[in-house]
Amino acid sequence: MNNVKKRKDPLVRISKRDVPVWWKSLIIRVVAIALALVVCAGLIVLVSDYNPLEVFKTMIEGNFKTERKIWNLVQNTAILLCISLAVTPAFKMKYWNLGAEGQALIGALSTAAGMIYLGDKLPQPVLIIVMFVMSVVSGMIWAVIPAIFKAKFNTNESLFTLMMNYVATQLVLFCITFWENPKGSNTVGIINMTTEGGWLPALFDQKYLVNILIVTAITVIMYIYLKYSKHGYEISVVGESENTARYIGINVKKVIIRTVLVSGAVCGITGFLLVSGTHHTITADTVGGQGFTAIMVSWLAKFNPFVMAGVSILITFLSRGAGEIATILRLNQSVAEIMTGIILFFIIGSEFFINYKVNFRSGKKEGNK
Amino acid sequence: MITTIALFLKQAIIQGIPLLYGSTGEIITEKSGNLNLGIPGIMYIGGISGIIGGYLYEFSGAELNPVLLVLIPLLSSIIGSVAMSLIYCVLTVTLKANQNVTGLALTTFGVGVGNFFGGSLSSILGEGGTISLIETGKAYKQTLPFAQDLGLFGEVFLSFGFLAYASIIIAILASIFLNKTRKGMNLRAVGENPATADAAGINVTANKYIATCVGGAIAGLGGLYFVMDYVGGAWTNNGFGDRGWLAIALVIFALWRPHTSILGSILFGGLYIVYLYIPGLSRSSQEIFKMLPYVVTILVLIITSVRKKREHQPPQSLGLSYFREER
Amino acid sequence: MSNKPIAIELKKITKTFGKVVANKDVDLTVYEGEILSILGENGSGKTTLMNMISGIYYPDSGQIFVKGREVSIQSPNDAFALKIGMIHQHFKLVDIFTAAENIALGINDGKKFDLKRISADIEKINTKYGFNIDLNKKIYEMSVSEKQTVEIVKVLYRGADILILDEPTAVLTPQETQRLFGILRKMKEDGKSVVIITHKLHEVMSISDRVSVLRKGEYVGTIPTSEADESTLTSMMVGKKISLDIERSEPVNPVDRLVVENINCTNREGVKLLDNVSFTVRSGEILGIAGISGSGQRELLEAIAGLQKLDSGKIIYHNVQTGKEDNLRDKTPVQIRELGIRLSFVPEDRLGMGLVGNMDIVDNMMLRSYKKGKSVFLQKKEPKSLAEKIIKDLEVVTPSSSTPVRRLSGGNVQKVLVGREIAASPTVLMAAYPVRGLDINSSYLIYNLLNEQKEKGVAVVFVGEDLDVLIDLCDRIMVIGGGKINGVVDARTTTKEEIGLMMVKAKGGNADE
Repeated sequence: MNNVKKRKDPLVRISKRDVPVWWKSLIIRVVAIALALVVCAGLIVLVSDYNPLEVFKTMIEGNFKTERKIWNLVQNTAILLCISLAVTPAFKMKYWNLGAEGQALIGALSTAAGMIYLGDKLPQPVLIIVMFVMSVVSGMIWAVIPAIFKAKFNTNESLFTLMMNYVATQLVLFCITFWENPKGSNTVGIINMTTEGGWLPALFDQKYLVNILIVTAITVIMYIYLKYSKHGYEISVVGESENTARYIGINVKKVIIRTVLVSGAVCGITGFLLVSGTHHTITADTVGGQGFTAIMVSWLAKFNPFVMAGVSILITFLSRGAGEIATILRLNQSVAEIMTGIILFFIIGSEFFINYKVNFRSGKKEGNK
Repeated sequence: MITTIALFLKQAIIQGIPLLYGSTGEIITEKSGNLNLGIPGIMYIGGISGIIGGYLYEFSGAELNPVLLVLIPLLSSIIGSVAMSLIYCVLTVTLKANQNVTGLALTTFGVGVGNFFGGSLSSILGEGGTISLIETGKAYKQTLPFAQDLGLFGEVFLSFGFLAYASIIIAILASIFLNKTRKGMNLRAVGENPATADAAGINVTANKYIATCVGGAIAGLGGLYFVMDYVGGAWTNNGFGDRGWLAIALVIFALWRPHTSILGSILFGGLYIVYLYIPGLSRSSQEIFKMLPYVVTILVLIITSVRKKREHQPPQSLGLSYFREER
Repeated sequence: MSNKPIAIELKKITKTFGKVVANKDVDLTVYEGEILSILGENGSGKTTLMNMISGIYYPDSGQIFVKGREVSIQSPNDAFALKIGMIHQHFKLVDIFTAAENIALGINDGKKFDLKRISADIEKINTKYGFNIDLNKKIYEMSVSEKQTVEIVKVLYRGADILILDEPTAVLTPQETQRLFGILRKMKEDGKSVVIITHKLHEVMSISDRVSVLRKGEYVGTIPTSEADESTLTSMMVGKKISLDIERSEPVNPVDRLVVENINCTNREGVKLLDNVSFTVRSGEILGIAGISGSGQRELLEAIAGLQKLDSGKIIYHNVQTGKEDNLRDKTPVQIRELGIRLSFVPEDRLGMGLVGNMDIVDNMMLRSYKKGKSVFLQKKEPKSLAEKIIKDLEVVTPSSSTPVRRLSGGNVQKVLVGREIAASPTVLMAAYPVRGLDINSSYLIYNLLNEQKEKGVAVVFVGEDLDVLIDLCDRIMVIGGGKINGVVDARTTTKEEIGLMMVKAKGGNADE
């Protein structure tokens, strides 16, 4: 046994960075996105014989070529942003709500119910307010059930909320069987097609403008709520350190429940915007997985509502651009999901280089065997 | 009546097999402390990679060898799933990214890749039309030759392709591995308390990588079973549906025990289709019935957290990255 | 003694963490078949030194010889290979595994994995040394003492000849300590070397053959226990009194402000953390609390601050102006504030409890006061000017008041925390280890701040570890040991040795004799 070894430093040493410098983080992120775009373009070139520069041109055209396309871009961004804002307060508290999808769907469901059952019974403004309240309340209820169990029994919230999504989906499918129109189609069809009862009105002839304004308002309110309100302050403290929260006498359970209610409410509003302001119908796919995308948006934006707006635009731009490419090349629309996935991988991976320092063993040769 | 029940059982088993693969794979992964929410995406990839491999072989013009008809899709499926798992490992283990976010991105990506190639594989390769791998499907559906002669018993228990039996064998082997072997014990220690495992001289990173990749490969076989045996060698967009999430639910239901998930998968498969077998069920009640697997999972989750029995909790370090810092 | 063969020899071992020197040129010899105690105050570098033998840390310089051969121990596995095993204070066990599984974890002996066979092998060790553990019991069902036994068996099962135990008796009852010592003696008879890190003098006297003393990272010396008595060891441990030149005024008109009566507190395992503690804190004086860390200081302060539930007893606050008396027991921090009691608390864990590392200085100023006022919004003006004032008055080195406190150096972090707590113009100010890790200038700044508060008539409680500081700064010093008050002395007349002896002398429950 010869234990006389010389100490060897590991080849790569990883240490936590104290505080990332903002411009360094920015450069790292931009590089990551650029690399991701290169990979995406490469992939498209691989499956088609498209010129890579054409790829980007088509993507830009697909988003900005006509006024309608621009409106669609902004509208889709608004919805994604809204649901991302919704998940943020809870996330900031390190409460892993993976149920935004279901909470928004339930909001959509109650909105649709309002349109169907009250569409011709209430005057339009009253109806819209009632629907709005219904969506908010239902979203809150759907969100708070797992939170209560979390606070009381420490039930794993990510798994619970995940399951709640599918319960919500089935609930929607259940309701559709009653609401289907025409009978036997298994779809609800456009609700109140002729009366437009419960539809959010078009503003300046733009049917999405109200949606966009509402989401803008929520963005600003959420920013203020998180940054300047006492509630927002409590959320930060609980998220950073429960021990500190205890030290200053914050009731952690109460804050969890309250924050989850806020999240659920905004999810409900997203559902409301989707049904009353966008599709005027409901399917099990109304939210379309954006509840999950929102989780990534919120995380990547580090919970800052304005950064979230940027990330939402980026992701929406990509998926719409990819959709355009798919249409032109007669490829499948799922190209969008693939590109979103790739971009996300790169951004997620880049976080490491922002938070950790990687030191390679300096210059010395590895020689002496 | 008995025939109906028997046929129901058979259908339940058929529905349960992809779930069993998914949950066995996810259990092995989670035992290393990795909560891989990318499993639904990996199952899509497992399916589509098999289709691609099968397509390339079946339409290669070569004379088709039944063994290769099985082997080529099987290997391509495993390669696809492992590649996906590696993405997850590099991001969460090496780059210490958040597991939830990475997993969800992986699922988005995997579902996208699946549907993309499923829809456009033939047009990319310049042939057009939908893919139908009749020969490969046949090879996968090959049952034991004497199954038909055994009446109802043969029909219910012996009428499956080999992947069905393999799923059960793999689940049993996984249970034995986790509970009866040294390596299995080391793996569980990594998921419970990586710092302790590290101090005992166990390589935490290697365990996490291997468990996640093996788990991913197993889960991917669930996708392969679905496209080859269940569908018979074809791809329908989103045909696989939410089975991946149901597999994750099954993990909770089985309390992280692969052998429990064998029966659990049949139960879940049964719950998934039971509405078809209850006479006089209106379409609306059918939808309520389809809610059952999720509701049952929620109840299990609640009951275990209320009872707080330590053996029934998720691995303690589940969802957390491990970083050994020298003071 | 010295004709026994040498098991381990350390030569000139030095280890630094950043600027802090944990060990400096330490020499140490451990013989085969002996029990060696390593004695020293908190922060004297005992654990760091042992961690270098067990592969957790690697020395910056110096040599380690095991059985005469120079070795390089880079990981716990290297240590195992040299038959060295360490039992840490915080057990490294998997909770849901059985004892047998934990003992077998990570070992590959090349034989078929069979827990029955392994259990049988373990039982042999158990019989040999008289351990009494149920190998099929899960760790989470075990008492602390059982867990410790599992750790010891684990190390023995790996074939260790040299066992290092880091404060093994800190968590044990006297009976359990007795049993442990019996086992250690058997190991010694078996030719194994046992090193125990401790600061309990009576244990040193009863168990060890020789005792080595460390002080402030440096090696003081080694003497055979037979030639040692408590006062020699204490003076080796605490060293000569160094005058610190802290100005100390006479208390002006001290009156009882906080009267603690017979408080008791137990943890989940049923171990008494506070045992019938009674004392009085007076206005206009500094009450020092001395003791080995983990003797109940934290629980005591947290109980007063409303963070620790008590089994029994009273904490009476005397309001000087109104003459009212309030019992603070089991009140939350918010309730205490609502009673109009201005109680400030500088906790030991600065960034994990007293401050939020990722928040800037301004936001940290609000931690205690953010709820003030009816508005739903935060009032940032006051905290902002407070932050600026503290930065200026206490010379906090920071780019701005909007810098996250995590980015500040240790001393500046503490200035922010102490500054905030003092700005609340408290009537009671409690500070736990407020100068730990601080450089000399920052430390003196903190002493001056505490003195200022005292002169203003605040009742100050100072939990410290450096006896020189306690003696020069405080008016009275209360010594706590194992959750009990071992006595209160006048800081102006006491000596380091007196306090040292009180600290290490466990009242009642002596482990031996």
